[in-house]
Amino acid sequence: MTELAGPGPALPLLEPLATAHAPETLGALVWRRFRRHRLALASLAALGGLILAALLAPLSPYSPTGQKPAEAFRPPSAAHWFGTDELGRDVFTRILYGGRISLLVGLCSTLLALALGVLVGALAGYYGGWLDNGLMRLTDAFLSFPTTFVLILLSALLRDLPFLALRSSVAVVAVVIGLLAWMWPARLVRGLFLTLRERDFVSASRALGAGDGRIIFRHILPNCLGPILVNGTLEMAFAIITESGLSYLGFGVQPPTPSWGNILASAQTHVFRAPWLAVFPGLMIFITVMAINYIGDGLRDALDPYTVRA
Amino acid sequence: MLTYAARRTLQAIPILLFLSVLLFLLIRLTPGGPLAQAERNPNVTAEQLAALRARLGLDQPLPVQYARWLGGVLLGDLGDSIKFRRPVAEMIAERIPATLLLVGAGFLLTLAIAIPAGVLSAARPYSPFDYAVTTLTFVGQSVPVYWLGLLLILVFYVTLQNPWTGGPLFPAGGMSSVSGAGGPLDVLWHLALPVAALSLGWAAWYSRFLRASMRDVLNEDYIRAARAKGLRERAVHYKHALRNALLPLVTLMALDLPTVFSGALFVETIFSWPGMGRLFWDAARGRDYPVLLAVVMVNAVLIVACNLLADLLYGVLDPRVRYD
Repeated sequence: MTELAGPGPALPLLEPLATAHAPETLGALVWRRFRRHRLALASLAALGGLILAALLAPLSPYSPTGQKPAEAFRPPSAAHWFGTDELGRDVFTRILYGGRISLLVGLCSTLLALALGVLVGALAGYYGGWLDNGLMRLTDAFLSFPTTFVLILLSALLRDLPFLALRSSVAVVAVVIGLLAWMWPARLVRGLFLTLRERDFVSASRALGAGDGRIIFRHILPNCLGPILVNGTLEMAFAIITESGLSYLGFGVQPPTPSWGNILASAQTHVFRAPWLAVFPGLMIFITVMAINYIGDGLRDALDPYTVRA
Repeated sequence: MLTYAARRTLQAIPILLFLSVLLFLLIRLTPGGPLAQAERNPNVTAEQLAALRARLGLDQPLPVQYARWLGGVLLGDLGDSIKFRRPVAEMIAERIPATLLLVGAGFLLTLAIAIPAGVLSAARPYSPFDYAVTTLTFVGQSVPVYWLGLLLILVFYVTLQNPWTGGPLFPAGGMSSVSGAGGPLDVLWHLALPVAALSLGWAAWYSRFLRASMRDVLNEDYIRAARAKGLRERAVHYKHALRNALLPLVTLMALDLPTVFSGALFVETIFSWPGMGRLFWDAARGRDYPVLLAVVMVNAVLIVACNLLADLLYGVLDPRVRYD
């Protein structure tokens, strides 16, 4: 097309077409369509603000773990925006530090789940046959596990096992959640691979001598990125709710490391004296999960070629 | 259909075996295994420990231990609780009714909210009501069960007072009053907050699903025929469309079951509801592994059984489905 736009006696009708529209990149197209979903855009801003606040947590004048019993159970005020807890710690500061942990665990377990799920789904969908059968049976098996029960049992066990050096409760939680969340992306990716592997571009690259690995990762997988991204937002929402839930029950991130869930855990005991303890950490989980859900919704609309409404 | 049911049951067995082998091995790999508590106890001598190990069969090779455990399970013996020294099967049997009551009541409340919400928002798509329902479903799906439970306690137990008795409006824990004067009404009163906490997210998810399902069905020819013969919109929606729109929900219910049991676990923990979830949580804190293993397996069996039931039910409800 470029030679048409060059100087010389080019066809006059084609020239404006070639110069006026630089081809829009996929990213720009998705962003342009994403921006039309106002709630998703607002959610993106809110989530960005939250991440920024969590990163800037050390700017707070209070320590997230240092105890000041004399300051216990102060209601929200100008000095302590979200009040103080039973040990006199500033709840706002603890929520900022807890946000680091909760968001980090959410991200890590999402990445782990996506990596496992994409691998299983790609192998099953691409090769089919007995491999597909076996892997899908495994996926079905994991899907019928009573998730939270197994999560609690696993995180209790993994901390007790001597040979796994998972001393950090944060790592245990991230790994355990990732291990029980790969089934949804696996099913999704398998379905996509089943249709994509029959397409002409796959036959073409096979005819050109591309190996299986190259076809799977360089040719088919890039076509699945959109749905995987949308699925990733769902996974992330699940991971954050699950991490907080586990920590709330005492089987997730262990104190004194704050996470949104374990801050909430002490709230129930003190619900009469300090109701603010129950409100703010949960509000953070709620806002984050809601923002991620709306971002996922916006991405779904932006990536779907069949969406007509904005 | 009988052959189909039989084949599905046979397919479920490897799933359950896989889960049990996995958990059984992990538990045996922890230091001390089921005897960790006894090992740390300075009053227990080495001889006593060895005797205990021999009595519980823990000196046998792992496959033998597993086979023995499995043999017991098939005969209804789930082992003994380490902490309470009671048969686990007995403890679980005591707790199952409370969990089923909670989940059953939650299911009814969910349908009572989701069916009208889904039908009405599908009937007037993109109306203010539809937008309100859509927003609420996003809220409902994003609220963590445990936070909702705490907020309900905060509002209906801590803040609001019962104007007649002066006590809290709703109780925040247990299944019946300590005085024992109870009766079904008392249980219902105790059930109110836990069921509300369990159902909100559930109902949000179902209304969203039902709206989409209704929109699909309303585009079909037989709906146009029903309208053309002069039926009122109410009849078209609730009698003709809803029946078919509910079909995919049957599958969804079965797939959702793990989530529902997880929700029940949180609700039972927060509201001290004496069900299986609460039993599991207490056992997990004391590392009472026989109880933990048994509760997980009972839940897994329930989930697998309900999945099978849903598939069979689908065939009964939708005559177009054939089992081959």
